Amino acid sequence: MAHQSTYEPTNGFTRWMDSRLPVIRFAYDTILDFPTPRNLNYMWTFGGILAFCLGVQIVTGIVLAMHYAANTAVAFDSIEHLMRDVNYGWLMRYTHAVGASMFFLAVYLHIFRGLYYGSYKAPREVLWIIGVLIFLAMMATAFMGYSLVWGQMSFWAVTVITNLFSSLDTVIPGLGTMLVEWIWGGFSVNNATLNRLFSLHYLLPFVIAGLVGLHIWALHVPGNNNPTGVDLRDPAKETVPFHPYYTTKDLFAVTVFGVLFAYFVFYLPNYLGHPDNYVEANPLQTPPHIVPEWYLLPFYAILRSIPSKLGGVIAMFGAIAVLFFIPWLDTSRVRSTRYRPIYKWFFWLLVITCLGLGFIGAKPPEGGYVIMGQIFTAYYFLHFLVVMPVVGIIETPKARPRSVADSIFGEGGGGHTGAGRVNQPAAAAAEKR
Amino acid sequence: MATTLDEPVTRRDFIHIAATAFVGVGAAAALWPLIDQMNPDQSALSLASVEIDLAPVQTGQAITVMWRGKPIFVRNRTPEEIKAARDVPLDQLKDPVARIMGVNVEAPATDENITKNGHENWLIAIGICTHLGCIPKGQKTGDDRGEFGGWFCPCHGSVYDTAARIRKGPAPRNLEIPPYTFTSDTKIKIG
Repeated sequence: MAHQSTYEPTNGFTRWMDSRLPVIRFAYDTILDFPTPRNLNYMWTFGGILAFCLGVQIVTGIVLAMHYAANTAVAFDSIEHLMRDVNYGWLMRYTHAVGASMFFLAVYLHIFRGLYYGSYKAPREVLWIIGVLIFLAMMATAFMGYSLVWGQMSFWAVTVITNLFSSLDTVIPGLGTMLVEWIWGGFSVNNATLNRLFSLHYLLPFVIAGLVGLHIWALHVPGNNNPTGVDLRDPAKETVPFHPYYTTKDLFAVTVFGVLFAYFVFYLPNYLGHPDNYVEANPLQTPPHIVPEWYLLPFYAILRSIPSKLGGVIAMFGAIAVLFFIPWLDTSRVRSTRYRPIYKWFFWLLVITCLGLGFIGAKPPEGGYVIMGQIFTAYYFLHFLVVMPVVGIIETPKARPRSVADSIFGEGGGGHTGAGRVNQPAAAAAEKR
Repeated sequence: MATTLDEPVTRRDFIHIAATAFVGVGAAAALWPLIDQMNPDQSALSLASVEIDLAPVQTGQAITVMWRGKPIFVRNRTPEEIKAARDVPLDQLKDPVARIMGVNVEAPATDENITKNGHENWLIAIGICTHLGCIPKGQKTGDDRGEFGGWFCPCHGSVYDTAARIRKGPAPRNLEIPPYTFTSDTKIKIG
């Protein structure tokens, strides 16, 4: 919640600063003192984990750009040079490559957390929409970064994905071709294409960082949702200051996540990649199987499930576009799926569908896989366009706790706060109001 | 600048609107170079045509050349392949239109329209599958040419016939035919 600032400058310099540019106050209010529901579970640590991931990608990315050459003649070799000759180049590159996968793993868990606990519902619609924009920017960034390797998979992924725009030729003849040649800067994927992908790959992370700033701003106006989905009533009893409670918890979660991260970097650095990308790009030979990185597979599966080329492109972009409308498609009064006995089953069906789409996206589009892909695609859209509005109306939700305090301390026990459990500044802040 | 009804339109209102419009047009004009710089540049355009000597390509053989960074299939077809392409009724084709670059008139996809009169044995096509841009197999001896003897795309299973027409699979269109002319009996210029 947007809360009253409790920051008090303690010395001459901070007082002087506070009346000129109150950045210390801003940092104190948002990072240290921000009242955070005390019942958040570990699914709420992915925000911190994602901030960590973005930081890792930016730092390793800046280092990689010092050694990488975005020219088709030398790009592939410059990466081998980086791997073999540059001090710790291998570590930087593997961390960056594995980091992309870890970033998506965390973002998918973060998104499904939001879906399960209804974090997209009023008053957090704008927060959710900014989140979807970040997800879009992440996919674009990851795709462009993958192309820079200039291996066979890089080259053909760029060819296939940019060719999607040529499907516009069926709407206005020539429009798609014109657009694709503009994207390529030529008549096929070439040096000009690689250069602009590099330029944009360097730009987009900073766009993401800006969006993250807005995302946090939009979070701090209504405040955190919580596992009960019930609005806070008594911040003194129901919240703790972000520091030290959630800084410590998030750091612990980042450390555990870091173990998984490090396991992949040091033991399975190429496990999530594709061996074909260790073959230099060859415009005259298509690899037998073109597959994107694992985190884009569900969308690739949707693309291929629709038998028409333009239809496939529309469905793929529609699969992301539909996310923007979720706050208004969900008609339920209840945020948290905990108290939604019918929707609960559909939620897990959606999870299975997304995993299923990921599985299908990695398979060749033949026989049974096509049918399965079409069934999953159908359910993906039905979930948002039909299940969400209809179940919200017909379902009788289970009894929710009257307040977050009740869910923590038990019914009627809300008065007990226990010495040292409620932080003084937060309690004082609540009393001031 | 809001003008209420009881206030008459003044010279100042006009200046505001004119100035804003001028800035708008200027901003749009400044945007164009930023967009246009991404289009194919002069060096890409200057590579837009190539000459190919067909003399070494024997009947039944095929070569692949590059034009604008794209592979061009050049095949010297056998009489049986020509006959197979010509005997197909139009209503059996998935895409009944000959896809000739730079020609906007929709001609039927007959073998006569796809090849040049007097050089019927030569089939020249852009070797890029019209589905998602893979390169079909069928240029090398021993390649799988698919059930119609033309080309077979291994990515998603599109099958083309000996006149480079799509016959089966997800690709929506026939292979594109680049603009080319015979400069002599054994030479062509593409582009």
